[in-house]
Amino acid sequence: MSIHTKRAWVRIWAMVLRHYYLIRGSWPRLLELIYWPALQMTLWGFITLFFETHSSWVAEAAGILISAVLLWDVMFRAQISLFLSFIEEIWSRNLGHLFVSPLRPGEMITALLLVSLVRTLIGVGGAAILAIILFDVSVFALGVPLAAFFANLIIMGWSLGLVVSGLVLRFGQGAESLGWAAIFLVQPVSGVYYPISVLPDWLQPIATAIPSTHVFEGLRAILIDETFRIDLLLNAVALNLIFVTTSIFIFFAILRYARIHGQLLQLGE
Amino acid sequence: MSETIINVRDLSKRFGNVVAVDRICFDLARGSTVGLLGGNGAGKTTTLGMLLGLLLPSSGEIRIFGEDMIRHRHRVLPWMNFSSPYVDLPHRLTVRENLIVYGHLYGISQINSRINQLASDFDLTEFLDRPAGKLSAGQKTRASLAKALLNKPRLLLLDEPTASMDPDTADAVRGYLEDYQRETSATILLASHNMSEVERLCSDVLVLKAGRIVDRGTPSHLIARFGRQTLEQVFLDIARDRIAASETAQ
Repeated sequence: MSIHTKRAWVRIWAMVLRHYYLIRGSWPRLLELIYWPALQMTLWGFITLFFETHSSWVAEAAGILISAVLLWDVMFRAQISLFLSFIEEIWSRNLGHLFVSPLRPGEMITALLLVSLVRTLIGVGGAAILAIILFDVSVFALGVPLAAFFANLIIMGWSLGLVVSGLVLRFGQGAESLGWAAIFLVQPVSGVYYPISVLPDWLQPIATAIPSTHVFEGLRAILIDETFRIDLLLNAVALNLIFVTTSIFIFFAILRYARIHGQLLQLGE
Repeated sequence: MSETIINVRDLSKRFGNVVAVDRICFDLARGSTVGLLGGNGAGKTTTLGMLLGLLLPSSGEIRIFGEDMIRHRHRVLPWMNFSSPYVDLPHRLTVRENLIVYGHLYGISQINSRINQLASDFDLTEFLDRPAGKLSAGQKTRASLAKALLNKPRLLLLDEPTASMDPDTADAVRGYLEDYQRETSATILLASHNMSEVERLCSDVLVLKAGRIVDRGTPSHLIARFGRQTLEQVFLDIARDRIAASETAQ
């Protein structure tokens, strides 16, 4: 490893440490890591218990709703964790100090991704263990495909997180609510809880252009048809490549815009 | 001939139709402490922002340590640092945590001993484990200065370095900056509204008005040229468009 690479990793580590200190020093943030994923999973667990006796579709594939909610939470947590970690710098008016330090934007993004990964693993991992204890449903039973689903969903979550972080940099804190709302625009067309065949004809092409749709279709293929659909996985990977490249391009374009318009000095509480 | 640390040529910044900085040129020699004076909206913060790379110029050139700051700022950022009361450290992290994070960002070895040294220098030892957001305004300014000196910068850009400090603390901080500059031959660019501070610290003064450098010289030279007693009076003359006494004589 070259000295430049080593220094880059030290800076990335510094940013990870910054978020560790933040979470360690705030019990609401610590609690929040696990609270929402656990609450969502519990709610859908009870809904599953009800549907198991009232719906042949759910009864046929036990745990389909709980697995879907856990996988949906991977994407949601990835997006929101990245967004919250970025916006924390805006809330604390710290961007000015960061961008005059040797930290490069790419290193900052890498640190944000690492922090998001850890937060997602803690939140969704905790909820997944709770699902085994409370409802005897193990998402880990999906086996190797779970890793592929997880990777695709977290990458899509990061892509959305980068774009909404960029939008806050561009439009100021007035755009903050976008960070919370953006992902829910994707949820109805992702087919999280139902096959996309139920969507109106005009909406289905939009749904198939989203990586997460192929993941949830793939999940149902495993749980209902007991088939691992490699074609769906490849679709998700290809679309994610487009999503992640576009989001990085958008973020850097907005960062340049911020440097032209002086927003790195002006943003703050 | 002394080494040039900052070299600015025809630097301009426009925000839409507003010209914030208008074709300014200046050089800063190694070991100099230069004051950037001007009223509100004169272009001081914009100039500092461009020197730091936080703002992209509309035109012109900035070279720091010989490097083009617009293209290669990351080559020189490890040797620079910055402090401003208008840019905070993360509020929820303690002062120590903040300094550890920035210590790693600047690649400091033996971070803890450097932090303890700076805490002692800036009278921050008892506040090291207090969240930065719970410090008083003066304490925050000192914490920000400690962060700015973590990497023993060869170029220090300071915006209002003693803002919100009581006179005793402000005097001690000015003394510290004088000693630091003498011991390390660092170059300091200082934007301030405190004229006695500028008179004490600065070997040279750049006076900005409406984005242009309208005067330059040592504090004593400016005072003599305007036929005034203090730099504050000179500042008021320039702000109110009164011309220098020497120019009147001509």
